[in-house]
Amino acid sequence: MSANRHITITEVALRDGSHAIAHQYTVEQVLQVAKALNDAGIPYIEVSHGDGLAGSSLQYGLSRTDEFELIEAAVSVCDQAKVAVLLLPGIGTVKELKQAHKLGAKLARIATHVTEADVSAQHLQYAKELGMETVGFLMMSHMAPVETLVEQAKLMESYGADTVYVVDSAGALLPHEVTARISALRDSLGVQIGFHGHNNLSLAMANTLAAIEAGATRIDGSVRCLGAGAGNTQTEVLIAVLDRMGISTGVDLYQIMDLAEDIVAPILQVPQEITRDSLVLGYAGVYSSFRLHAQRAAAKFGIDSRDILIELGKRKVVGGQEDMILDVAAEIAQARHASVK
Amino acid sequence: MSKVKVAILGSGNIGTDLMMKIERSSLLELTTMIGIDPESDGLRRARERGYTVIENGLDGFLERPELADVVFDATSAKAHVRHAKKLRQAGKFAIDLTPAARGALVVPPVNLAEHIGKADNVNMVTCGGQATIPIVHAIHRVCPVDYAEIVATISSRSAGPGTRANIDEFTETTSHGIEVIGGAKKGKAIIILNPAEPPILMRDTVYALVEAGKMDEQAITASIHEMVATVQSYVPGYRLRNEPVFDGNRVTVFLEVEGAGDYLPEYSGNLDIMTAAAVKVAEEYAMHQLATPITKGE
Repeated sequence: MSANRHITITEVALRDGSHAIAHQYTVEQVLQVAKALNDAGIPYIEVSHGDGLAGSSLQYGLSRTDEFELIEAAVSVCDQAKVAVLLLPGIGTVKELKQAHKLGAKLARIATHVTEADVSAQHLQYAKELGMETVGFLMMSHMAPVETLVEQAKLMESYGADTVYVVDSAGALLPHEVTARISALRDSLGVQIGFHGHNNLSLAMANTLAAIEAGATRIDGSVRCLGAGAGNTQTEVLIAVLDRMGISTGVDLYQIMDLAEDIVAPILQVPQEITRDSLVLGYAGVYSSFRLHAQRAAAKFGIDSRDILIELGKRKVVGGQEDMILDVAAEIAQARHASVK
Repeated sequence: MSKVKVAILGSGNIGTDLMMKIERSSLLELTTMIGIDPESDGLRRARERGYTVIENGLDGFLERPELADVVFDATSAKAHVRHAKKLRQAGKFAIDLTPAARGALVVPPVNLAEHIGKADNVNMVTCGGQATIPIVHAIHRVCPVDYAEIVATISSRSAGPGTRANIDEFTETTSHGIEVIGGAKKGKAIIILNPAEPPILMRDTVYALVEAGKMDEQAITASIHEMVATVQSYVPGYRLRNEPVFDGNRVTVFLEVEGAGDYLPEYSGNLDIMTAAAVKVAEEYAMHQLATPITKGE
């Protein structure tokens, strides 16, 4: 890897981390975290419900605070950093995107399942019309062959995405698979390539480095791994590693370490570690935000949450299908009951 | 016995599926298939079956308006805006399967009676709306619903280019329908596309929060079962996956819709429920027009 390289970091704790704390962010927390991130030199800070704009629901969990208040709070303390929002077509609409833009969000990240990029055309085009920077976010990238990923990424590029991300929502990709995906996009796209990892198999850092090696220039991280499942690539660690590799990020290492320790760590009820459920997410290739839902369903039906997650993986459930968790749990419980009889 | 004459505008998947469903009706007589592509599979099949085939769109039909009194529009929202006006001027009853929503939104087991004999254009809302609004209403009629949220999951293969290009229309129209037809004070809709192979059946989950202190689990369960049976009378593949789940003032209902497999594959329950509901509307209209007692099974 050559020297003088630069990687642009997007901090996702205030969006992806929302899953880990059941969408309980308060305005005060967001003000504190966003200000510290801004002051540390993080260029982009994503703020939304974990499932993106309008994600607050019985399906995914109700937000304690209206996400627009959180976006507004983040914008108010950022004089350098830009605030990003996530939108999943089918959940959020251009109406919420417009509102987020009005409140000062500058980057629109439009996310679809890896094979469904064409549902993002409307939103990417609208974000461009609003003058926003755009990202196309291909979730569950491990579920499609490389050729499909390339074809879908090209669609997003054609709709106006300034960057296309390979998103390992399940934390299921292995480093060589990341290399193959990023390299293929590098060869076929004219826009920037990004990578978003999850640490369910303890591979977020290795995958991120593989992505950078293969040509990704936009990377997501979450401080203290405050993200769904076992969290994302740990931002403060990544800043240190990239610094050692001679890659610049513009982020102050001491400041990011301090905010991770002093501001973000207290937000987590328990420190992020790779629990057996998180491990199973990566192993079975299941959307990381399913973890807490599966644990609740397991408790309700008196079964092992791992059985639920493995079954969901077999059924090739995609991101957003949280209603399948209760459904599958009920089925497993019923089958057990029948066999006991 | 006499039947009401109907025509289908649009010879794509939906139009062709409608053709097969109407053939089974004892109240409707399909006379005409209207398209713009003479080579389309829909028009070819219509020709083979001996229907009048019009290849130059609605204008061609309007030169021979005596062919039908009811017109199903299975084209696109944009085209329907134009069609709606012309059909009204020609005095035809229009059943709109596009998301144009020019006319009254209709979900047959809930509000069809209100509109038959009054409206000259009715809209079939969305597939998710047809599958879930009956359940929202079934809950609301026994325990007032403060909030209802639905999640429709359909196989990627059964989501056409129209749905994909304007997916916001689905969420907006469905949530509107949950409120104005279902009766919830506030509605929300989510749609998910799942690309698994073989394709999954349409699944719908309905979450409802009933007014504090008004929960009556038995009454809700009975009302839901009754409603499911009503919907099954015109969509045989509509069913509950589990018994309703109660948690405080929240009720969760899991549904599955298997298509009849007429022209569309069985996994396309989302499209089947639209065409089946549209035929149901036309039959009610026919009963009203004929105004004679109808015996079943003719």
